[in-house]
Formats: sequence, C-alpha cells, structure tokens
Amino acid sequence: MERKIRVLIAKPGLDGHDRGAKIVARALRDAGMEVVYTGLHQTADMIVKTAVQEDVDVIGLSLLSGAHMTLFMDVTRLLKGKDMEDVLVVGGGVIPEEDIPKLKKAGIAGVFGPGTRIEDIVEFVRKNVKR
Amino acid sequence: MNDIASKVLKGDPRSVARLITLAENSSPEAAGAMKDIHLHTGDAHVIGITGVMGSGKSTLICELTREYRRQGLEVGIIAIDPTSPFSGGALLGDRIRMMELATDNGVFIRSMGTRGMLGGLTTAVYDVVEILDAAGKDIVIVETVGVGQAEVDVIKIADTTIVVLVPGLGDSIQTIKAGVMEIADIYVVNKADRSGVEQTLAEVESLVDIACTNKDRKTPVLTTVAKENKGVVELIDEINKHKKYLKKSKMFEVQRRKRYEAELVEIIRKRLMNFIFDESKFKGKIESLIDQISNKELDPYTAADEILGKILK
Repeated sequence: MERKIRVLIAKPGLDGHDRGAKIVARALRDAGMEVVYTGLHQTADMIVKTAVQEDVDVIGLSLLSGAHMTLFMDVTRLLKGKDMEDVLVVGGGVIPEEDIPKLKKAGIAGVFGPGTRIEDIVEFVRKNVKR
Repeated sequence: MNDIASKVLKGDPRSVARLITLAENSSPEAAGAMKDIHLHTGDAHVIGITGVMGSGKSTLICELTREYRRQGLEVGIIAIDPTSPFSGGALLGDRIRMMELATDNGVFIRSMGTRGMLGGLTTAVYDVVEILDAAGKDIVIVETVGVGQAEVDVIKIADTTIVVLVPGLGDSIQTIKAGVMEIADIYVVNKADRSGVEQTLAEVESLVDIACTNKDRKTPVLTTVAKENKGVVELIDEINKHKKYLKKSKMFEVQRRKRYEAELVEIIRKRLMNFIFDESKFKGKIESLIDQISNKELDPYTAADEILGKILK
C-alpha cells in the first residue's frame, strides 16, 4: 500500500489569523495527504510533542505576527532533541525577504509568503518529504 | 524481542507513534512487533465515544482525560476523522479541542483517517488500541467519526460505549434509533445548558425504558456541559460502574472475545484484499475482467468466480 504523507499544520504564537493555514491544510488534503490541524496559539513544545505522537512527515508553520525568527527556530531546535531531524519543516505567513536565508539555515526548508501559488506548496512538499 | 516492541512496552512515545504508522500502512514490520506486544495487552479499559457531528465529542474527551489525569491514570486517545473518498486525503481536526493535553506526558493522542473503512472506525484501530494498551495507558478512548445512523462498529472494540447526543435533536432521535441508538452503554446529553434538554432527556429515557425491559441493567442517561467541565466526574463514575457490571456479569470476557474476533477477521480481510488487489499477477487479470464486464462479454459473478478459483485451488 502506498504510504500516505502525514502533515501537521500549526499556528505558533499569538496571532489569530488562520485562514492561510486552513487553505493550505485543505489543499494538502485534496492532494491526498493526511493533515492534522492544531488550531491557534501553540507553543513550540506543543507543536513538537504533537508531531512526535502523530508521526508526521511534514510540519507546516504559519505565523503572521512577526515572531517567526524566534518561534520557527524554537521548533527546529526542539525537533533535534527528539530524534525528529528527518521531518520536513516549512513556514508561511508575513515573512520579510531578508529573514528567509536565516530561516533556511536554521532548518526551515521552504518559506512561502503571501501570493504563493497553492500548487507550488503541494509540489514542494511532495518533492522534499524525507521519509 | 523486536526492538520497536520493547520500546513500546517501555512507553516511549516516538516508538509508539512509529509502530502506529507501520500498522496503519500494513507494513510487515508491524506484524512482527504486534506479535511481541499482544501478551502485554488487555489491561486498558477501552471507552468508545460516538455521536452526531458537532455533539462535542472531542471537548468531552478532553475533559474526561483531564479528570482521569487528576486520578493519576494515563490516557491514550484515538481520534478518527473521515478520509475523503475522492482524494484519499483527510483533515484531522479533533486535536483542536484537546491541545491543552498536548504537553502532558501521561497522554498520547493519535489522529487517524478512516482510509476507506465504513462504520465509523479505521482498519488499524484494533492495532492502535493494543499498542496504547501495551505502552501502559490505563484508559484508551476511541473517538469515532461524527456518525449518522449505522456507524456502530465502535462496539466491536470498546468495553464501554458512550453515545453523545445534544438537545434539540428532536425527531432525529427517532430516525437514528435503529443503529446508533441501540449501542450505548451510557447515553450523554452534552451541551445541556442549551434549551430543549428536558425534551431530549425525556425522549432518550423513554427509549431506554422500552429497550431495557427485562434486562438486568438499565442504560443510564447523563447530562454534561463539557466545556464547563459539568457532569464529567459523574460520567466517570458511570463508566466505572459499567466496568464493574461487565466483570460481575462475565460480559467482559464475552465482549473481549468479540473484539478479538473482529480483529482477526479484519487482519485476514486486509491481507486477503492486499493479496488479490495489490499483487501484480492478479492486477492485470482484474483489469481485463473489468474490461470484459464493461463490454458485456462477461458478468461480474463469473468474473469473481474466476479470481476466487485461482486463489482457492
């Protein structure tokens, strides 16, 4: 049987804007993936523990408050301690161009800002999923 | 013993999660580990929670779990949501109501898609109950998809089945009474702060009166307001009473035997279906039979005989 790609879509931090997260979740579902959605206001610890229990292949982080440098990196740092380095981590939201290289260096494999085509996200996940 | 199995028995969350994935994908590696852990299962009390969409099942499970945690018990939760029959994908959103449990190491939550299984469960659910049981969870809660009428498979796996209703269902109670309204060990009318609760209670209680005539146990009907944690302690009392009743009446063994029967049938069904539909030597044959049926050169029964004849000879 074909292995299904499992994805966690999470909203770290304090902003309450999850339309983007929900649209991405829906698109990944329509692409045949199993998508766990956490809801709003998650801590990095909650996200990583959820990722472990759900054994996801991909974590998608959505953040529009500007705290991405701290919170996205908290997630990748915690994953390392849990033997979860093989999880593909991507991010989206309002993220300035100059932050993207630093995020990539910290293990956020793809960063998708406003205006990204939804097909590009699906294809990126399909191509880059590590297990 | 299998490495992953021994880690599961120690309760390691990463291994529990991995073994669930393997079982869900019917991987041969899972079968080895499942054989090793079976001896260490049977202690967890399995609670099935079912009910219509939006009745508050996830919120109620969150509150039940918090209460069990206060009592020092460890809890495993299997939250099932529908898989799209069109894309094969699934949006698993039950966790949204349970996120406050996410950082509690005594709780393990797994969201699962139905993956084509009807009846409100998913094919790997028997394996997952065994895995969580083996990992030391005292209570395993299975949340079915939001049900309509006939999704009653949860009774095959649960020791105690709870049907969650909400006020204002009105006549729809009448319409669901043929399936879901026959399986409850406990009824819960959730969102009992809403209007119409007296009417719903009266309707369910009259149903119970008829159904439980000449039975030694009358199905209790409780009210809860899960989001305010009202009625949850009382619900746990009823679950414990039901557990005692099962043990005393020897129904416990009868029910567990039925669960293992359902599990065995499911394993055989899955392996047989994989053998027929995934093995390459049959795949071409089946495609050509379907073509012949479409062209009216053959009927479906003769085609089925042909495939089964090849296997059974």
